[in-house]
Amino acid sequence: MYQILRKKVLVPDVMILFEVKAPLIAASCQAGQFVMLRKDEVGERIPLTIADFDRKNETITVIFQVVGKSTELMAKMEAGDSLLDFAGPLGQPSHIEKFGRVVMIGGGVGVAPIHPIAREMKLAGNEVISILGARSHDLLILEEEMNKVSSEVIVTTDDGSYGRKGLVTEVLAELMNGDDPIDLVVAIGPMIMMQAVCEATREAGISTVVSLNPIMVDGTGMCGACRIEVGADTKFACVDGPEFDGHKVNWKLARQRSLMFAQEEKRAMLEHHNEGDVCGCRCHQQMN
Amino acid sequence: MQMPSADELKQAAKITEKRPMPSQNAQDRVQNFTEVALGYTEEDALLEAARCLTCKKEECRQGCPVDIDISGFIKKIKERDYVGAALKIKETSSLPAICGRVCPQESQCEQYCIRGKKGEPVGIGRLERFVADYERNQGAIKMPEIAPANGIKVAVIGSGPAGLTCAGELAKMGYSVTIFEALHVAGGVLMYGIPEFRLPKDIVQADINYVRQLGVDIQTNVVIGRTMKVDELMAQGYQAVFIGTGAGLPNFMGIPGENLNGVYSANEFLTRVNLMKGYRFPEYLTPIRIGRRVAILGAGNVAMDSARCAKRLGAEEVYIVYRRSEKEMPARAEEVEHAYEEGIHFRLLTQPVEIKGDVENWVKELICVKCELGKPDESGRRSPINIPGSEYSLAVDTVVVAIGQSPNPLIQATTEGLKTGRHGTIDANSDGQTSRIGIFAGGDIVTGAATVILAMGAGRKSAGAIDRYLKS
Ligand SMILES: Cc1cc2nc3c(=O)[nH]c(=O)nc-3n(C[C@H](O)[C@H](O)[C@H](O)COP(=O)(O)OP(=O)(O)OC[C@H]3O[C@@H](n4cnc5c(N)ncnc54)[C@H](O)[C@@H]3O)c2cc1C
Ligand SMILES: Cc1cc2nc3c(=O)[nH]c(=O)nc-3n(C[C@H](O)[C@H](O)[C@H](O)COP(=O)(O)OP(=O)(O)OC[C@H]3O[C@@H](n4cnc5c(N)ncnc54)[C@H](O)[C@@H]3O)c2cc1C
Ligand code: SF4
Ligand code: SF4
Ligand code: FES
Repeated sequence: MYQILRKKVLVPDVMILFEVKAPLIAASCQAGQFVMLRKDEVGERIPLTIADFDRKNETITVIFQVVGKSTELMAKMEAGDSLLDFAGPLGQPSHIEKFGRVVMIGGGVGVAPIHPIAREMKLAGNEVISILGARSHDLLILEEEMNKVSSEVIVTTDDGSYGRKGLVTEVLAELMNGDDPIDLVVAIGPMIMMQAVCEATREAGISTVVSLNPIMVDGTGMCGACRIEVGADTKFACVDGPEFDGHKVNWKLARQRSLMFAQEEKRAMLEHHNEGDVCGCRCHQQMN
Repeated sequence: MQMPSADELKQAAKITEKRPMPSQNAQDRVQNFTEVALGYTEEDALLEAARCLTCKKEECRQGCPVDIDISGFIKKIKERDYVGAALKIKETSSLPAICGRVCPQESQCEQYCIRGKKGEPVGIGRLERFVADYERNQGAIKMPEIAPANGIKVAVIGSGPAGLTCAGELAKMGYSVTIFEALHVAGGVLMYGIPEFRLPKDIVQADINYVRQLGVDIQTNVVIGRTMKVDELMAQGYQAVFIGTGAGLPNFMGIPGENLNGVYSANEFLTRVNLMKGYRFPEYLTPIRIGRRVAILGAGNVAMDSARCAKRLGAEEVYIVYRRSEKEMPARAEEVEHAYEEGIHFRLLTQPVEIKGDVENWVKELICVKCELGKPDESGRRSPINIPGSEYSLAVDTVVVAIGQSPNPLIQATTEGLKTGRHGTIDANSDGQTSRIGIFAGGDIVTGAATVILAMGAGRKSAGAIDRYLKS
């Protein structure tokens, strides 16, 4: 059992942070890796990126968005409760070195995995500029933390309720038009955002790293559920990634594969809510 | 229960067929996931045991990879000393309830049985299963003698049959053994691969509990190579390491369309169904989507298991698509027979060449080419040759690729100085000794995908070698 030492509600009913006791993982993990957790006996194995780690206190922090039945049930857990399973660190660590001027782009819950990578990039001597995107102000997370590890943070919101109104790609385009060259872009967020970023950087020839989150089962390379196409090759995101060269990813396929269980996910939510369980998540809107 | 009389036993001894296995009938069982073969009753067991000639020179024994004293345990059955029979088997096998169910007996022990020369061999596997089940159901599991603790720590990586056996044997010798398992439950393929209706999970768990009772500590959720490396284990004071990480890497065919929605590797399909209990979705949260028409590519045990799971999940038509003929199918004979009974269609001498999808990227059809058999290849099997112009389309909405698994690469990639073979296996001698001192390996990770009993035998042998190594 893996105890939740701290729970923080970042956005009520939508974004939750757990700090979990996991000594072995805390000792060995690096930025860019993820864990597989299972809430209880009937639970799914859920992959979540390591948003932070504390080697001394032997904890791993994960931040998740409530999107379906599993994450909704998890959101109801409190500090002191325990997760049944928590395995990791899985996947390849981020490639960190001194690139020069690095633009980190986080969209929605994608800011969570961007944060530790940005921190490492800064430690490696890079100039870190961060663009954080959210649908609205209340859905923006980790702004303060990102400030600490970036020389500049630019926030965009879809509805203009905070920062600049618009999309992260608009800010990126401005940076690309500026005088200083960009050596690397790292983008993590909704697939559509990552794809748009890659389209913007492709022609300019700016290396762009994305972190993919295909559907996974084991997360150890055993099932192939997470396969994606990168260039001419089929890769298993859980062992070969989750980070890949965004310019080579077959986005159409990745998007279609993420819908493989859409009907079943919907069914699980519907039955769950028909049991009289009321939640504050946006699943009803998503289902329509 | 009516026990057979001496006369009945004498009659039974003359029967040339194996006593049939009581089973759920095919119409019922495709509606559920409970065990198909129900097991011999005591009466069945006595009547079948009567067919054994208790040969002095027991031919059957040479076919058993772990050298079970077969005539000896069957003799105990005849004497109605079933617990004694179980003890006999356990002298060399630690998982009799499992092997009695899943060993390919027809190509092992039973292949050599004298009775098989005229008629059918003795049902050795069925008797083995009876004895093991009897012992478990009586709650009569006897703990073997355990040597006093010697304080020496040994690490075992992987909790499949190889790892479990190696750990159990070492614990009996007094070692302090820890198993590290990547998944959330122990058991390896026995838990995530082989379905409930063929190998009930409570039986596997009973065997795992037995290993725990021997004093073995099992730590799940530890991925060696990621959570900790082999060398870190050794630095932590584990004086020997056994690697039993199996062949869990799914192979794909490399044909167009394999990444369409609705195409699963057999591992994904079976893991969703068995390990994650997808057949009980949404009570269990892991979904599985099964279409109406399912094609399974391959004809080994993994393919038969996938086909029969698909049927039970409600698929209307299930096809086994295999490029050779029935004779070459690598699956256990009984599984093939059960699959036929359950209405699985066999498209033999058929090579899948492409999977085609609809506009939304979902599988729509499987393009196949008919084959004929040519000359035997290195493996001695006749290799299939495509017949030009014989292409046709099979309408399906789900495809399960079950053409084999390769060794898990993680340990090899993260352990320096560990020699590997051409297909990604770890090189080890017959004692399991690898190219690195103190590191042993056995089971599928060394042989490539093989059988439960071979993995168990390898684990046992390595335990002996580890003991000798640590004492020298
Ligand atoms: C490497 C990796 C890292 C991730 N990191 C984070 C993170 O830090 N924070 C976060 O909020 N989310 C993260 N995700 C996504 C997260 O795992 C899913 O949102 C979660 O599994 C959904 O579960 P659910 O039952 O609540 O929703 P469901 O109803 O099951 O599904 C809702 C959505 O989640 C996707 N999904 C469902 N099951 C899985 C699965 N097993 N693996 C991946 N996606 C799935 C579906 O495609 C669907 O779009 C990550 C995914 C991967 C692969
Ligand atoms: C569907 C299916 C049906 C089969 N049917 C039969 C049958 O009827 N009869 C028969 O004899 N054989 C059958 N087999 C083959 C048989 O199951 C295997 O040969 C046998 O299980 C091999 O045992 P093993 O201990 O070597 O490996 P496995 O059983 O594969 O166990 C390996 C274990 O190691 C773990 N592991 C892997 N990497 C790591 C790591 N880095 N760190 C920690 N743990 C790790 C895995 O999670 C797994 O639990 C079947 C196989 C499959 C897939
Ligand atoms: S372990 Fe397998 S091969 Fe050996 S006797 Fe039992 S069934 Fe036969
Ligand atoms: S060869 Fe057959 S008949 Fe002889 S001892 Fe073995 S099982 Fe019995
Ligand atoms: S999640 Fe199973 S192989 Fe990647």
